Amino acid sequence: MKKLSKLLGVSILSFGCLLSIPAKAQETELPSTINWTIPFGVGGGTDVWARFVAPHLTKNLPGNPTVVIKNQPGGGSITGTNLFFQRAKSNGEDILGTSASTLYPFMLGDKRVRYNFDKWIPLLASPTGGVVYVQPDLGVSSADDIKKLDGVTLPFGSQSPTGLELPVFLAFEMLGLDIKPVFGMKSRGEGRLAFERGEAKIDFQTSSAYLSSALDLVNNQKAVPLFSLGIMNNQGKIVRDPAFADLPTFEEVYAKKFGKQPEGIEYTAYKKFLAAGFAFQKVIFIPADTPSDVINTYQTSIRTMLKDPAFIKDSEIQVGPYENIVGIDAAQHLSDAISVSPELYTWISSWLKSKFDYTL
Amino acid sequence: MIEFLSALEQLLSITHLTYLIAGVLVGLVVGIIPGLGGIAGMSLLLPFLYGMEPSVGLGMLMGLVAVIPTGDTFTSVLMGIPGSSSSQATVMDGFPLAKKGQAARALSAAFLSSMIGGVVGAIVLSVFILVARPVVLAFSSAELFMLTLLGLSVVAALSGGNVYKGLAACGFGLLIGAIGGAPATGEFRFTLDIDYLYDGIPLVVVGLGIFALPEIISLLVKNSAIASSPNKLGHGLKQGFKDVFANLPLVGKSSIFGSLIGAIPGLGGSVVDWMTYSFAINSSKDSSQFGKGDIRGVIAPESANNACASGSMIPTILFGVPGSGAAAVFLGGMLLLGIQPGVSMISTHLDLTYTIIWSLALANILGALFCICFTRPISLLTYIKFSILTPIILTLILFAAYQATRSLGDFIFLGVVAALGVMMKGANWPRPAFLIGFVLSSGAENYFFQSIQFYGYEWFLRPGVITIAALIIVGFVLPPILKKRKQKMKPEQLMQEKEQNSMANTVSWTDWGIIAVMGGCATYALVNIWGASTLTKAFPIIAITIVLFSIIMIVSKYMREKHTKVSSDLAMNMVYIVGFFAIAYGYYLFGFISTTFVFSLLFLKFLAKASYVQSTAIAIGLVVFLVTMGRVMNVDFPEGLFDPYLLSTIKTFI
Repeated sequence: MKKLSKLLGVSILSFGCLLSIPAKAQETELPSTINWTIPFGVGGGTDVWARFVAPHLTKNLPGNPTVVIKNQPGGGSITGTNLFFQRAKSNGEDILGTSASTLYPFMLGDKRVRYNFDKWIPLLASPTGGVVYVQPDLGVSSADDIKKLDGVTLPFGSQSPTGLELPVFLAFEMLGLDIKPVFGMKSRGEGRLAFERGEAKIDFQTSSAYLSSALDLVNNQKAVPLFSLGIMNNQGKIVRDPAFADLPTFEEVYAKKFGKQPEGIEYTAYKKFLAAGFAFQKVIFIPADTPSDVINTYQTSIRTMLKDPAFIKDSEIQVGPYENIVGIDAAQHLSDAISVSPELYTWISSWLKSKFDYTL
Repeated sequence: MIEFLSALEQLLSITHLTYLIAGVLVGLVVGIIPGLGGIAGMSLLLPFLYGMEPSVGLGMLMGLVAVIPTGDTFTSVLMGIPGSSSSQATVMDGFPLAKKGQAARALSAAFLSSMIGGVVGAIVLSVFILVARPVVLAFSSAELFMLTLLGLSVVAALSGGNVYKGLAACGFGLLIGAIGGAPATGEFRFTLDIDYLYDGIPLVVVGLGIFALPEIISLLVKNSAIASSPNKLGHGLKQGFKDVFANLPLVGKSSIFGSLIGAIPGLGGSVVDWMTYSFAINSSKDSSQFGKGDIRGVIAPESANNACASGSMIPTILFGVPGSGAAAVFLGGMLLLGIQPGVSMISTHLDLTYTIIWSLALANILGALFCICFTRPISLLTYIKFSILTPIILTLILFAAYQATRSLGDFIFLGVVAALGVMMKGANWPRPAFLIGFVLSSGAENYFFQSIQFYGYEWFLRPGVITIAALIIVGFVLPPILKKRKQKMKPEQLMQEKEQNSMANTVSWTDWGIIAVMGGCATYALVNIWGASTLTKAFPIIAITIVLFSIIMIVSKYMREKHTKVSSDLAMNMVYIVGFFAIAYGYYLFGFISTTFVFSLLFLKFLAKASYVQSTAIAIGLVVFLVTMGRVMNVDFPEGLFDPYLLSTIKTFI
């Protein structure tokens, strides 16, 4: 009921200010406020994730500070992240939430990027996985039949060559699938809609979207899952995704089809972008020059939060059965994931040019 | 059926109703304040949402989303500021009505139509949602492309007699809309290496620039009240209701059309108001008053936009693909409540779906009632001398524009578009045509390439495509032609037409200015894009061709036929545009709140010649409004040099 009356207070207040009755802003006595910059719009994946984490942060941080989510969309998260890089205060007041589309432009040397991950420390990374599935009328019932797809043109609704689908394109290429990308989908959800219409023959969804929307299709024989992208374990090896334990990983499918493990620069590129985009799908950053005791407090509180049963239960629903990465591990793995050697950069840029006629 | 009624019962419980009303109040506020839209409302409600019982939370969200297109009518009618992208067409006739002193009539008609539209939308939704899945899936990229053509064909009705001016404006809109990433390749076009342009110019900025600022500037030049001829305001309200009842068929058709367009993901609510607007023009016998204050021009878009908000719930609930910006926000709220969209919403969670629908209907009714209550006092604003309102309106416009991307670019491009808007208004070029081209640009390009890639060149044989093509011809292309022919048969109208023609045959320096701007931009764009890959350059080249072709036709007409030269008295307007740039930069440099205070005080005292008390009261009121916005809704302003000091001073006092 307290919540209700507070809410009513706010709505009446805002209505009141409209009628230009000078109303006094509500004064809640809070020791501090944390501004959490989300470089995406309200209601998007990263925003929903942040709004799910925010109350748990408040609960577990000492003094229960208010966590205010500041959405700053634009440039596929580049705009907001640039602003954070320029303006964030390093007293623990400002934190940032990012997604794959914040890391990829950095790795690909997008000229709009003005931020640098050296100046930030990751506090928490939430991983995700993903599943590739195809139309049932292709005569494939599992990844074992993947040879049947040789020579079949597979339209694939996609957002852009350098988006979250980048490692998926690389996986398709290594498997020798004849993919015909159709760009301009505004979200992965629109890609799935094209699949449901039968326009797209192959589709890919991240774990939570797959569980909520595509699994229905699979159960109604309207889609056949092929493989998952797997997840990276502590040794940096890719293993089966706990959310889809019965689905083979890309590596298994490759080994079965070609009788050897995937390798070479193509596979290096694949693993790099898989790690950055999926193992570090969502990350909370804090400026590195924040006083170390403040960072320590954050890290301890986040560890406590990760053990909180209420958080674990919610996390299972919102993120999936994945273990969040914290502390030194996160920092080490992240800097590995986003460093692109000049050789790899040259390869990926010529691959994008020849494959999609896209100039980096 | 049981779910249908039990959902109603649940909704009528005190808790549900209270939350719903709270949602409605917040929705009205964010609707009334231009530029905020659903997103600010959500940021206000979301902290409460997490952990709420789903049906209660959904009711509250629905209350918020449903009434935004109701509340935004206030600024559209009273100030000529389109409150959100779904009420741009309302400005076309709503504002002229306000100028005639009939603001109350326009508003009450708008609110009643909104209410009916919303309720019709909810009814359509409750039936349609059970069978909508295959229908929505039937709309592939090819049909969606045809729908964007349907939207573009509206330009024919809105060109006001001069087809080439309409075409040129529309083509220019398409070209401006092509700024940013090319959908088919992801490559960037026409960015001039300005970061701001990588995402394209935001719709809010274009809408405010092309409509709101030119109106304000021309009122400032005249310096009278908005309502120039006093009218019996007392009868306004009732007259508005009567107007709606006299036009019930139009309300019904617009509502149903609106909810169906809303149901198709991908097109969005920003064109449905224009489509129904031109539909109203085409279906009326005497369309001469449209654009000058015809009440049907308010009724049609207002019925449609609320219905569209209802319809857009279908793809959101069934597929998790939002049909509009507000629906995207609603979807985020759903996910946060732990509800997954999908088929389960009509199989296992049907009760929740019906709660959403009932809330939608109820919110529309409540929202309209609240608005009607405030209509009379608020419409008195139009009788105040305009220069007194100027600082308030200018602050609101800058506030709205800045919410688009929160950068200086918002102000700069607002000014640039406004300069074009002032010229187009001055020389009577159809501004809606430009806006429609702009809005539909990315959709037209995207769906065209997608349909070719998915279906090859056989896509235009699909039955859906043929049906929509027929609809375009019958509904939008034929009526203006037939109407012209019919009119020609009557001699007295022939005379009138001749008179109109001789009126139309004028040319001024402004015309030449517009031609130069459009031609120059198009030529530059052509040179700039020539080297890009085929998929990147194909669409802009089509737009450029339309612009250049129309311009050549216009110029050759000027050469062939005799045109009366009229002077273009836009010099004063241009001075105001320059003034706007200076002031907007001041808002950015010195701080939004500080500049609001100083500017309003000085402007009111020395230019509007208001009393000290009046000036100070308005200036302080604006500051209180902005500070409250910042606190309650987490709205950001440019801090500039002085705002941090000002805010900390205010903090110590409260």
